[in-house]
Amino acid sequence: MVRFILTKLVMAAMVALTVSIISFGLVYMAGDPAIALAGETATDEEIAVIREQYGFDRPIPVQYLDWLGSAVRGDFGISYYYNMPVSDMIFSRLGTTVTLGLCAISFALLISLPMGVLSAIKPNSLLDRVAVFIAVVGEAIPSFWFGLLLIVLFSINLGWLPASGSDSWQSFIMPTIVLGYYATPALMRLTRAGMIDVLSSDYIRTAKAKGLRPRKVLFKHALRNAVIPVVSLAAVQMGFMLGGSIVTETVFALHGAGFLAWQSISRNDLSTMQALILIFSMFYIVFTFLADVLNAWLDPRLRSG
Amino acid sequence: MSDTQDTVLSIRNLTIDLPEGGDRPHAVENLNLDVKRNEIVCIVGESGSGKSITSFTTMGLLPRVLKPSQGEVLFEGTDVLKLSDKQHSKLRGNRMAMIFQEPMSALNPCYTVGDQIEEVFATHSSMTKSERRARTIKLLDEVHLPEPERIYHSFPHQLSGGQRQRIVIAIALAMDPALLIADEPTTALDVTTQAQILSLFKQLKETHSAGIMFVTHDFDVVAEIADRVVVMQKGLVVEQGTADEVLNRPKHPYTRQLIDAVPRRTREAPPSIEGNEVVMKVVALEKTFHTSRTLFAPARTVKAVQDVNLTIRKGETLGIVGESGSGKSTLVRCLIRLTDIDDGAVWIGGKEFSRVPRGQLHDWRKKIQIIFQDPYGSLNPRRTIGDQLVEGPVNFGVPRKVAMQKARELLRIVRMEQDALHRYPNQFSGGQRQRICIARALMVEPEILIADESVSALDVSVQKEVLNLLAEIKEEMGLTMLFITHDLRVAAQVSDNIVVMNKGQIVERGNADQVFSNPQNDYTKKLLAAMPGQGWEVPDIAALERAGA
Amino acid sequence: MSTTDTSAPEGKTVTQKKEITPRQALIKRALKNRNLMVSGGILLLIVLIAIFAPLLAPHDPYKQNLLARMVRPAFMGGDSKHLLGTDALGRDMLSRLLYGARVSLGVGLLATLMSGIIGTTMGLLAGYFGGRIDQVVQFLINVRLALPAILVALACVSLFGGSITVVTITLGLLLWDRFAVVIRAATMQLRNMEYVAAAEVLGARMPRILRKDILPNVTSQLVVIASLEMASAIMLEAGLSFLGLGVQPPTPSWGLMISEGKEMLLFESWLITIPGICLFVLVFAINVFGDGIRDISSPEGRN
Repeated sequence: MVRFILTKLVMAAMVALTVSIISFGLVYMAGDPAIALAGETATDEEIAVIREQYGFDRPIPVQYLDWLGSAVRGDFGISYYYNMPVSDMIFSRLGTTVTLGLCAISFALLISLPMGVLSAIKPNSLLDRVAVFIAVVGEAIPSFWFGLLLIVLFSINLGWLPASGSDSWQSFIMPTIVLGYYATPALMRLTRAGMIDVLSSDYIRTAKAKGLRPRKVLFKHALRNAVIPVVSLAAVQMGFMLGGSIVTETVFALHGAGFLAWQSISRNDLSTMQALILIFSMFYIVFTFLADVLNAWLDPRLRSG
Repeated sequence: MSDTQDTVLSIRNLTIDLPEGGDRPHAVENLNLDVKRNEIVCIVGESGSGKSITSFTTMGLLPRVLKPSQGEVLFEGTDVLKLSDKQHSKLRGNRMAMIFQEPMSALNPCYTVGDQIEEVFATHSSMTKSERRARTIKLLDEVHLPEPERIYHSFPHQLSGGQRQRIVIAIALAMDPALLIADEPTTALDVTTQAQILSLFKQLKETHSAGIMFVTHDFDVVAEIADRVVVMQKGLVVEQGTADEVLNRPKHPYTRQLIDAVPRRTREAPPSIEGNEVVMKVVALEKTFHTSRTLFAPARTVKAVQDVNLTIRKGETLGIVGESGSGKSTLVRCLIRLTDIDDGAVWIGGKEFSRVPRGQLHDWRKKIQIIFQDPYGSLNPRRTIGDQLVEGPVNFGVPRKVAMQKARELLRIVRMEQDALHRYPNQFSGGQRQRICIARALMVEPEILIADESVSALDVSVQKEVLNLLAEIKEEMGLTMLFITHDLRVAAQVSDNIVVMNKGQIVERGNADQVFSNPQNDYTKKLLAAMPGQGWEVPDIAALERAGA
Repeated sequence: MSTTDTSAPEGKTVTQKKEITPRQALIKRALKNRNLMVSGGILLLIVLIAIFAPLLAPHDPYKQNLLARMVRPAFMGGDSKHLLGTDALGRDMLSRLLYGARVSLGVGLLATLMSGIIGTTMGLLAGYFGGRIDQVVQFLINVRLALPAILVALACVSLFGGSITVVTITLGLLLWDRFAVVIRAATMQLRNMEYVAAAEVLGARMPRILRKDILPNVTSQLVVIASLEMASAIMLEAGLSFLGLGVQPPTPSWGLMISEGKEMLLFESWLITIPGICLFVLVFAINVFGDGIRDISSPEGRN
């Protein structure tokens, strides 16, 4: 078990390092960042000043190591646009985004797990058809459009929920639905497919041959095996959701890290952008690592692997 | 056999319908059979005969699409077909229990085996936790598992196939059932493990006084354990009687055909190959697998093949026998260079085949060809038979048209219709596919043909056809053959010389008669002793037919 | 030996059924699959609309008419000259929607083609060779998955400028992960098939084996993933354009149209509803089409 965790940890660290290089390098891929910052019309002198001010005149590896060293300590430099420490801006808003992400994944799991299990027990039943229909329709609705439709219905026409802002818990209801429904179809399909697969397996037949009650066969023997791939997917989806929060938070003007990402990208605020890409990636890496550990606990075969 | 034996299971006129569109209307039709206490009844038949369906019906585990339409299944006097699922589940694992074919997948990977056995007590009795545990440990001991305490806490993946099958047997025995159903319980196991499990069954018949319904396709297994035999074909019982009657004086033509197909050593004096030229020579071959060292796990090495030396002469059939994990498959992969060897050499016709550089290997490939085990996996489902037959010659530079002509000729030799050329593999049965594979290997006119478990996946009657075909072709074309198998009976039937492999090494070699009648190595002795049905002389079917006619 | 006797029995003779090749069987199943036929029909229609947009469009999609701004669609009591009304700049909605199909389909197809080539190559190589190459590919997949796609796409578009080309290339470089994952797994499985070993022994070289024995057996999976990725490329393009960092005005993109309509959300919600429905129908049809392909290539059903 310890060996398994250590191996996964090293893998995660290597991925994290590579991601950090990419998020740092992104800024240089489009050309000289000093020119990008100074603007198209800037004179050579202005560009030179910016280059020195931000340290762009140093060799790129030195800049990277410097940036990474500070980033590890939670310091992402000063925002080019807002002129504030990037970390202050991000960490004051991250809470909103993480709350939204957790609400959304819970929402998605609460819908997809029961529906996936029930439709697997009775394939081709009415419930199964409904579930598959919801999945197919859900996958085709663009989330920003869905968000706008909800605003039209619940805020404008019915006046039940606030259309924007992040002042009260009501502000989180629509964003949770929009972000959560996005992960629901995939989770539901996987639960259903995994469950169907497990229910036709030899060990379920053994369990039935033992004379166990159907409820026990289902909950003790089938669910645990079927849920293992779902855990991995949920972690991946959780990571995607933080990325997806950009769209959702922008639609609902929810002042989280996603909204900040949109603002900073629109305003060419390179340092904030870099930091956010890195932080969102780290969340993904941590989630998938935790999912690996959880799965190792669920499935003893993984522990010795 | 005394009259005090009471009938545990009595199936009367059972008919189970198949869903529409199948190749026949009923899975089983008008089935009648009885199982008594202290008795092993073997149900024998080839795949698709309906033998497993019968056991699933009794257990109430039939897939939903199959429904019994007529008859009754009386278990201790009650018709289980009339029971609700709830009532039936009270019997399952309690009064009737079942053992399955695949021990590798029959246990839930997420729970310890102790937990999975205890569950039976928890469901069907009111024992306390400590009582359940004590009984479980006792059961583990009864099925001869070493260190019951340790096994109790093991997960299925930590146990071998044979050990897992013992766990499944322990689960079945837990509540001392009156009826034990075993569905091909030893088919997936090695012969030595099979022998142990079979002897366990014989013991159980005495100690638990249960009636045992044993489903199998193997007549030697029947000879080993059966008291009575039921032979099924396409859903119908064609013959039933005592083991002695059915095995030694079979009446129905189908039973006779099956028994006649049981592989036995028939050839007495193989033609001498002593003076023939050596076509293949394997010298001190070594192959070791390494799992590369990771940060937290040390590198592990598995010596798959160690110091293997072989000399194969023209026209010889060499049988290579071994259980799973003996290294025979790795040896084959090395011989045909699907895997590179670590040390030693493979010489084919004066050329060191094992050292030919990858780039020039192409020119040497045609000397040695192979027929694989799985008739369903060895043909590409997306290419026509013709296209796959000409693959070899075309790769070696023969014009497609010429190759097609040859393909026609070879199809005739393996007794297939010419129009097979334009068909796809899914239109052929396992036996036909295997014949196509033989034709494909022969397309490039190899000198050496390797048959790697090539008949293991086939039903006995088909197995016999393919073996006969191989023997004929070998004779006709003057081929040299390497016959790799886990089945000693098949090896005995086809081989001139035999090598026995164990743990990557050759432990015994000699001509076939010598090895089978007078084995020197302990492992070989153990292997031979484990063969089922040793006391049974396969009757001379031809003589029976003459007498009957 | 099969596990249970429910499997098909060994036929002693060649099946007497009418002779059909696997391809013909596939086409036959396709024709019988209603979902596949309907979604295929819708897709074909949208493709035709995109190709013939200049002939079908009643107006110039770029022509502004400040006198006829936000005319309601004909069915909402608007003007019959503008069947689906006009936008805030007085441009004809129907014409813009027809041209918008070109953007969605173009970006979707090209990005999918690009990511398909990248991902399939990686998957094939990793699955066929295993070992080091496989480790590298797996690592790359992990890195790619760790990067938040939308954020990176937005950043790229903002750095390189918003144009259809930049959006397409960015998405093409980002969406290969599923191709790589699925094709890698499938290739690994096929690599161990005995017919691949047989081909090798019969002297076939690696490129030939990949072409003849591996690729034909992963095509149905490829089509299914391609449909999924095309759907997500179309959604992402719309999303980027909606956020103002994708296709730039005045190009008619459905996502951009929703974004423009957002300003008028309070009063004229049809401005976002109509392009949204177009987007939904296209993505829905692609997804159902992909599901249909999967169904007909694995006849047991959609499990």
